[in-house]
Amino acid sequence: MQTKVTLENLNVHFGSNHAVKDVSLDFPENSVTAIIGPSGCGKSTVLRSLNRMHDLVPSARVTGRIMLDNTDIYDRAVDPVAVRRRIGMVFQKPNPFPAMSIHDNVVAGYKLTGSLKRSDAEDIVESCLKRVALWDEVKDRLKTSAMDLSGGQQQRLCIARTIAVQPEVILMDEPCSALDPIATLKIEELIEELKEQYTVIIVTHNMQQAARVSDSTAFFYMGELIEFGLTKKIFTTPEKRQTEDYITGRFG
Amino acid sequence: MKRTPSIRLIKNGLMTLLMVAATLAVLAPLGIIFVHILKMGASSISLDFFTQIPKPTGETGGGMANGLAGSTIMIAMSSLIGLPVGILGAVYLTEYGHNRFADAIRFSADVLAGVPSIITGMVAYTLLVVPMKGFSALAGAVALALIMIPIVLRTTEEQLKLVPGTLREASLALGVPLWRTTLQVTLASARTGIITGILLAIARIAGETAPLLFTALGNQFWSRKLTEPMAAIPLQIFNFAIAPYEDWHKLAWAGALVLVVIMFSLSLAARYFGRQKRYS
Ligand SMILES: Nc1ncnc2c1ncn2[C@@H]1O[C@H](COP(=O)(O)OP(=O)(O)OP(=O)(O)O)[C@@H](O)[C@H]1O
Ligand SMILES: [Mg+2]
Repeated sequence: MQTKVTLENLNVHFGSNHAVKDVSLDFPENSVTAIIGPSGCGKSTVLRSLNRMHDLVPSARVTGRIMLDNTDIYDRAVDPVAVRRRIGMVFQKPNPFPAMSIHDNVVAGYKLTGSLKRSDAEDIVESCLKRVALWDEVKDRLKTSAMDLSGGQQQRLCIARTIAVQPEVILMDEPCSALDPIATLKIEELIEELKEQYTVIIVTHNMQQAARVSDSTAFFYMGELIEFGLTKKIFTTPEKRQTEDYITGRFG
Repeated sequence: MKRTPSIRLIKNGLMTLLMVAATLAVLAPLGIIFVHILKMGASSISLDFFTQIPKPTGETGGGMANGLAGSTIMIAMSSLIGLPVGILGAVYLTEYGHNRFADAIRFSADVLAGVPSIITGMVAYTLLVVPMKGFSALAGAVALALIMIPIVLRTTEEQLKLVPGTLREASLALGVPLWRTTLQVTLASARTGIITGILLAIARIAGETAPLLFTALGNQFWSRKLTEPMAAIPLQIFNFAIAPYEDWHKLAWAGALVLVVIMFSLSLAARYFGRQKRYS
């Protein structure tokens, strides 16, 4: 399988806290990679370093290289805005823009950059909402506030908003943790479909979810990458003792 | 044991009485001021008040049209200076400058807010009136802006801090540059609160007299240039009230009434905006 994103000796410090320690990892293209590990092990930190979200945290220091195809996204010449266009992100808590309608939320990436063509808007809205299986539920109230949607619908709207700007990689940080089982199932089905076109990297606390949706799994512990491999292998015959303890729930 | 509840009830009644009294004590001055001004000023409010400039001593009638215009012009000018500085400063503090420099700005703003306004006037006098060799509307506007800046800066900062970080991140993650995120997401979400702060700041400077005493000075006539002395409502109230003419005293009361009504309206407007649904 082709590699889409490569971490080379990635280190992240927050002040004196060494949160991610010398991680090297290849994320395969057009597949789903799950990042698992106990709370505080640095999963979100790794994910957020992939779209340069740490740029806004003054205490954060990222070293090492992150290659997207053949460019180092931390290269001085690279504009973080351009990186974020290619690597989209879905957050733990659904965060639609509260002042915008459902319609405007889908095309928010265009609207907010002043690049929305009127003639394209309707097509983008319809196709993206269909992709996230939300179209039928909201097609009659596109102009109403996005805040009136349920949590699961809001999260699918956020995914629609992310794919609307056509990224190559989609990062998801516990996208289902605020959702009920049915809404979770819908998002999982969606992730399954997304990988045909995108490279998906998902952080999850839910072992079953990781096993269900991902092709590869990375297990982190205390800022270190302990084991990385095919999900099937990680969940059946892990090589490391810590991995086995964690996925069988015998941790700590 | 049986009597305990009644003692409790008496205590409760007493405390309630005390609190009602305290509330009245707070409200009474406001009521007294308003009723008094209304009584003294209402009779002198007429169309003339809004269209005429003060008559020379000895003649009756006249109004404060030049003062109203002057106050409006100087408030507009100081807003032109104070709002951008205050709002941009707040944006810098919350969105960009997470450093020692920002703490220094915050501290300076707090100190500036605490400086008595007469001192602000003296500073504008030394910095503008003396070098320009004359009192001017411009100097008045600068003095008012100096009062406005810290108020706008700190209220805007508070409002921006209320905007959840997840909203900024949502925008940034879509590949929206930080400056556009700040303008279209952060500032837009905090809009109503910021407007409230601006209105309160305007209400505050509309009534300021001391900083205008040695800057705009006041003017019995219309001013033609911003580099000339200019009339302002609070200045006219002050000058007319200390003059020895009954007629002028009446005009001063009318001016006071108009000023109080303007400030009251601004506060009401601020409350109205403050109550609007905040998206966050
Ligand atoms: N913005 C920040 N400032 C300072 N320290 C941070 C910041 N974000 C994360 N950290 C630290 O980095 C370490 C890893 O945090 P991270 O959020 O990546 O954990 P996580 O694996 O995502 O945990 P969880 O499963 O609870 O979400 C923690 O020690 C945390 O305190
Ligand atoms: Mg996390």
